[in-house]
Amino acid sequence: MTLLHAQRINVVYEPNRGTRIWSVRDVDLTLQQGEFVGLVGESGCGKSTLGFALTRMLRAPARLENGAIHFDGVDVASLSGEALRRQRRKGFAIVLQSGMNALNPVRTIENHFGDILKAHAGPGDHYSAGAIRRRGAELLSKVRLEPSVLAKFPHELSGGMRQRVSIALVLALEPKMIVFDEPTTALDVIVQKAVMQTIQELQREQGFTAILISHDLGVVFESTNRVMVMYAGRVVEDQPSNELGRGLHHPYTEALLGCYADPRAEEIHLAGIPGTPPDLSKPLPGCAYAPRCPLAVEICWKVVPPLAPLGSGTAACHVRAPSAQVPEAKVAAAKAAAGAVATK
Amino acid sequence: MSIVTPVPPPTLPGAEVEIPRGPAGPRLPGPLLFLGRALRTLWSNGKARIGLVILAIDVLVAILAPLLAPHSPTATSFTPYQSPNATNWFGTTGNGQDVFSQMIYGARISLLVGIVAGAVATFVAVTIGLIAGYRPGIIDEVLSFITNLALVIPGLPLMFILAAYLTSRSVWTIVLVVAFTSWATGARVIRSQASTLRTREFVTSAQFSGERLFRVVFREILPNMTSLVAGSFFAAATAAVMAEASLEFLGLGDPNTVSWGTILYYAQQQNALLTGQWLMVFAPGLAIALLALSFTLVNFGVDALSNPRLREKS
Amino acid sequence: MTQPNGQSAPGKAASVPPLVVSDVSKVYTVRGRGRGKFTAADHVSFTIPPGAAIGLVGASGSGKSTLAKMITGSERPTSGSIKFGDLAVERLGAAELRRYHSRVQMVFQDPYAALNPLHTVEYHVTRPLQNFLGLSAARASERVHELLEIVGLTPPGQFAGKLPHQLSGGQRQRVVIARALACDPELVVADEPVSMLDVSLRAGVLKLLADLRANRGLSLLYITHDLLGARVITDEILVLNKGKVVEKGPTKYVLQHPKDEYTTQLLDAIATPFAENGAATH
Repeated sequence: MTLLHAQRINVVYEPNRGTRIWSVRDVDLTLQQGEFVGLVGESGCGKSTLGFALTRMLRAPARLENGAIHFDGVDVASLSGEALRRQRRKGFAIVLQSGMNALNPVRTIENHFGDILKAHAGPGDHYSAGAIRRRGAELLSKVRLEPSVLAKFPHELSGGMRQRVSIALVLALEPKMIVFDEPTTALDVIVQKAVMQTIQELQREQGFTAILISHDLGVVFESTNRVMVMYAGRVVEDQPSNELGRGLHHPYTEALLGCYADPRAEEIHLAGIPGTPPDLSKPLPGCAYAPRCPLAVEICWKVVPPLAPLGSGTAACHVRAPSAQVPEAKVAAAKAAAGAVATK
Repeated sequence: MSIVTPVPPPTLPGAEVEIPRGPAGPRLPGPLLFLGRALRTLWSNGKARIGLVILAIDVLVAILAPLLAPHSPTATSFTPYQSPNATNWFGTTGNGQDVFSQMIYGARISLLVGIVAGAVATFVAVTIGLIAGYRPGIIDEVLSFITNLALVIPGLPLMFILAAYLTSRSVWTIVLVVAFTSWATGARVIRSQASTLRTREFVTSAQFSGERLFRVVFREILPNMTSLVAGSFFAAATAAVMAEASLEFLGLGDPNTVSWGTILYYAQQQNALLTGQWLMVFAPGLAIALLALSFTLVNFGVDALSNPRLREKS
Repeated sequence: MTQPNGQSAPGKAASVPPLVVSDVSKVYTVRGRGRGKFTAADHVSFTIPPGAAIGLVGASGSGKSTLAKMITGSERPTSGSIKFGDLAVERLGAAELRRYHSRVQMVFQDPYAALNPLHTVEYHVTRPLQNFLGLSAARASERVHELLEIVGLTPPGQFAGKLPHQLSGGQRQRVVIARALACDPELVVADEPVSMLDVSLRAGVLKLLADLRANRGLSLLYITHDLLGARVITDEILVLNKGKVVEKGPTKYVLQHPKDEYTTQLLDAIATPFAENGAATH
């Protein structure tokens, strides 16, 4: 069952008069109930902006320029005010990057639960102190925390615990979809693994749809069942996660994969990606990755490649995944294949 | 094992990767360039622009007073208690002085006290705040204690007492009294900002680059506090203008100087409202309010001073 | 770049002294909630031979940053000694510390915080030249351009006049490295130099550090929680857990044959896109 169907999402960011930065360009996204999708990319690719746009959390000077977001049948892109607020219960929610900043330092964890439960209470719900404590303990146990955490203040908890509390707070609203924005980036590498495991288990147990935003391909590979790679505001590849390690991919994805290696391996080849990310205020007419791409051909500089089938998913590349919509690409791809361009 | 730096891809002719160009030409150091840039930054903010315009008008009036005032402000040659008429646009005082000329010349004192007292207060605040913020430990404790003491004592009553007991009555007394009572707020704020900046990594890196204390404080930390210092100055100047007017109005200033506050003093003494000289009350009141307002408005634009991103013409 | 094995520029290695950390401990007294003492470093000993690249590896709170601060003189150990050749680092006075910085430099973690947002690239790199080498403005400017070329910011004329916010993270980090190299140091302490950079930029900066070490014969102390970076640049690593050294040895060997449980935990925690255990169960 399709839970989220977003079409032609465009987000523009205007820090001052005269500058328009296109953070997200023409993104279409369809999620089925229970899917666990990873949004991967580097700084400035638009993944966090997209996550915020989907959960209607964008703030000025960023705004959703156009696009429809159908969540569970309702077009939430056009909602605002109270109607939008009501969508957050049993609807969609977001867990932010830094657990510390998301929690109020002068209120106990119990107070946090109380605030959320009361704010979204239904007409018949009454939350006494005891009820809040019980529900709080129940939610905390889901994220593998003891009920004793309820009485503590955020600064008395470790980074990993705070992040788990943030997740528990979100679960209080029984959302159908949760967006995790870099949930483990600020954490220790060992704690990171534990928190990601908890998120994975939760997703399996509770069955909510999850979007994991991360710059780390490894984390996304291990936790999700579908990966979307973003570059310069566009989705350039959409594959099942377990296909990441094999087959052909979008040149950017391949370049990214080349930046990872197992430190235990006998021989290590570590690469970077030459060049600099594009200036989003001056979008190129063609593929944004063309200046840095070893496979770029003439068509790449002129026409933005649409997402076309590649392997089990799709990719936006004239050479690797030529689209029927762009007939010139087929010719270019044939030439490139004949020239035997080196792949991974 | 190898670290591979891939060969950069071939670029098509005409499809150049854009490397953003830096600012052209050599950079001239100097306070003049700094001031020019500061003014341009302030000008770009709408509210600050209005404030700057009002301030500019006041400054011009003060400087060109001899040319603008139709008569001498102290000459008692006119008929007293006159309503506004052709010769005396704002009427005359009980002593036969031209109110309009007094208003023009009065701008000098108000501006002088406002700016100088504000500057002195800010200077003291920055000195104490920087030292306390940069040197934790006993020095910080002592200076913070003094600052807190100065904050707790009510400013206005202290001002009145000081002004009343000081034997010499002149503008400079007022400047000192006002500065003495208004440095503490700025010091507190600057101290806390300095102590935050002290632990920032670029300060540590500056130390690793061999910088000595003086340079670290004045070339690394202080420039990053420009907004705060400018903000403190304009706040102190606002307070100074109001304080000076209050002191003069209460007769604690020098009754022989001509300032907007003394006009109000005499207006009260001579029951100006009863004699129909309402302009003598409203004109100085409005002028004081506008000057104070202009400082406050300019303060809206100072945040941009410490943010280099906002300096560029984009 | 070939296998790092301590080979350095001929002649230089002979003049670089070893850094010897002997039984160093750092204990902080925590006031407030009466939590008593916090041991950041617990009887740590190791040596950085001339021209070697040593890695200090551990999760946050393991004490590696504290050790970096003690080695560079920003903090004093509670007990133990740190000797750079004949110099007792823990007993340096203010003026001696300044001179020490001309020999032992630091590359910081956060490229966004390590540069003063109001000063240009040229200013940043010029200051150590003027402070330590006493160069005139003209000579300094020449040297700045040389340094910018060495760290890969070419053409240098274009980068010299820029302000930090006009540069990318990787470019800023190169400026930090250029500044650290300005006074031709003998030991460079790099505290997580690439962890705040995008993965695509890391290889470039790591290669730069490795090349600099090989070409200039300086010693390198590489502090990180990222084992991949350590593997790529260092000859030997020390694994720190809660202030104690739990494992020590040649980098590749330790990573392939970890003896301590903590090291194994660190290795298992790494997520790569090539592992066999993907989420294929979904």
